[in-house]
Amino acid sequence: MSDTNTGKQTALVYAECAEGSLRRVALEALGAARLLVGDGGSVHAVVVGGGASAAAALQTAAAELAARGAEVVHVVDDPALAGFAPEAYAAAIGAAVAAVQPSIIVLGHTAAGRELAPRVAAAVSGGHIADVTAVDVAAGGGAAAIFTRPLYAGKAFEQRRFLPGAPQVITVRPNNLPVAEPVAPGSEGTVAALAYSAPPLWTIVRDVVRKASGRIDLAEADIIVSGGRGVRSADGFAPLEELAAVVGGAVGASRGACDAGYCDYSLQIGQTGKTVTPKLYIACGISGAIQHLAGMSQSRVIVAINKDPEAPIFGVADYGIVGDLFEVVPLLTEQFRALLGNPGS
Amino acid sequence: MQLVVLIKQTFDTEEKIELVNGTASEQNVKFIINPYDEYALEEALRLREAHGGTVTVVSCGPDRTVEALRTALAMGADEAVLLSADGLQGDDGYAVGAALAKVVEQLKPDLLLAGLFAVDRGAGSVALQIAERLGLPQAAAALKVEVKDAGAGGGADGKSLSPSGASWAGGGVKQVAVVERDTEWGAQTVEVPLPALITAQQGLNEPRYPSLPGIMKAKKKPLKQISASELGLAADDLAPRTERVALQGPPVRAAGRKLAGTPQEQAAQLADLLQREAKLF
Repeated sequence: MSDTNTGKQTALVYAECAEGSLRRVALEALGAARLLVGDGGSVHAVVVGGGASAAAALQTAAAELAARGAEVVHVVDDPALAGFAPEAYAAAIGAAVAAVQPSIIVLGHTAAGRELAPRVAAAVSGGHIADVTAVDVAAGGGAAAIFTRPLYAGKAFEQRRFLPGAPQVITVRPNNLPVAEPVAPGSEGTVAALAYSAPPLWTIVRDVVRKASGRIDLAEADIIVSGGRGVRSADGFAPLEELAAVVGGAVGASRGACDAGYCDYSLQIGQTGKTVTPKLYIACGISGAIQHLAGMSQSRVIVAINKDPEAPIFGVADYGIVGDLFEVVPLLTEQFRALLGNPGS
Repeated sequence: MQLVVLIKQTFDTEEKIELVNGTASEQNVKFIINPYDEYALEEALRLREAHGGTVTVVSCGPDRTVEALRTALAMGADEAVLLSADGLQGDDGYAVGAALAKVVEQLKPDLLLAGLFAVDRGAGSVALQIAERLGLPQAAAALKVEVKDAGAGGGADGKSLSPSGASWAGGGVKQVAVVERDTEWGAQTVEVPLPALITAQQGLNEPRYPSLPGIMKAKKKPLKQISASELGLAADDLAPRTERVALQGPPVRAAGRKLAGTPQEQAAQLADLLQREAKLF
């Protein structure tokens, strides 16, 4: 292991791919890793996949990582990695850890990252600081680096650090840290295949019912149009979906809307459900229960549309419209359609 | 089946967080079983109803956690174990994971269940660290769970599946869990060999309320309290890997302005402000 307090730091980034391409959070993780190791340190990345069309996609992802500051990108391409079997993926990261001997390992706080990081941390007898929203290296890297993360879904924030000597694993929340910038031409890193033998396989993937293509994941969405009890029915989400389609956003919901059966729990935003930090959050017919506010009040700009002028949501909204969402939302969709020159569909 | 459920006592999600001397005040706070752990417990109770066996709830926390464990017993769990947080840095997943792994190992579960994450710290790390330490396969964010006898190759339909790495697995694959799980890429159905860890996602089930007879019975059910020093772990296993430097409230958000006019005017104003003032478009 490289020294965690002083001297040269080495980081390993698990660069997650989805649908054959690198996720933005992978570049955010790479940016965090570069910041943490500083100028004298080095950053390695590992990309993982398998199956018929994986090889070309992995090479494209690896080239992008190498162009953005990964000194070496380790490529693991194996049939065992075609579907997400956590034990197979954790073993691929383990192979990279053995090759690189990093002092810090960085993953995205995504569905996959959240499943892998705790296993990796336990395997290296290290600490895991999860869901990091800010990284401060003013006092130095290693054990001096300070990580900010939300508690109670954002009702409070804590700063944590690793104790000296402990191997470090962090997961970074999508949409919060800057992506790694490209390095000067000529200083790109290298790409190398990493030897891997699959562990005993514990997971048979029987079936995947994919989400509608093009649907944007809530955690990574720049814009979220969210509905509450005020949408009144499952059909009531239609104008919200239309607005989201025109502005290129995702649709979310409050617990009230989910509990009432208007939409799937996978859309729920709040302390139970997902915590989101988009650039723009448009709350439609959401009163603003404290557990919902916890999940969205770190959004950069908040818009509230609600009939009740006393609704708590207006207390956190930058712009509020007291009115009927079924009247206002379609008008807003028209405005954006004209503004963006986007026919929407 | 031996079913073990990891539960954590958390603040009610409707509670505000008051910071006093750098920690979250517990004065007048209502505590609940972490909602995701409640889904895990309900699923364990249903699996026991279908397959027989016992449900043991395990928690690590301060003395007040007894209340959450009694609630779990009142819902129908058979036994409870409270690992005292004294001497453990409770906000560090490594030390808590090491100690709880030892407790779980002694219970030799066929199935370990836990919530996807706890609504207080939100890391979702401890249960998976325990799975890694004990060699358990995992199926995370479950929306549906079924336990079946294993097929010829281990998996159903003749597919091959390696045995769980749990030390008490006893060789070969005897039973599998078929789990529909919630992922970012869709609903995925997986099959894992038991013993395994399953974490519960919202939507898995509707947890029952404790019945009055259940509450009465719970008072007589076994609730064992142990401390980490009794587990025979090395000092390094119980040494935290991380520490808190500071705790703060969220950045204060000032209420903005309400837009006046007809709905048409409001919509036009809003689009204009988002473009020119907020510079979002």
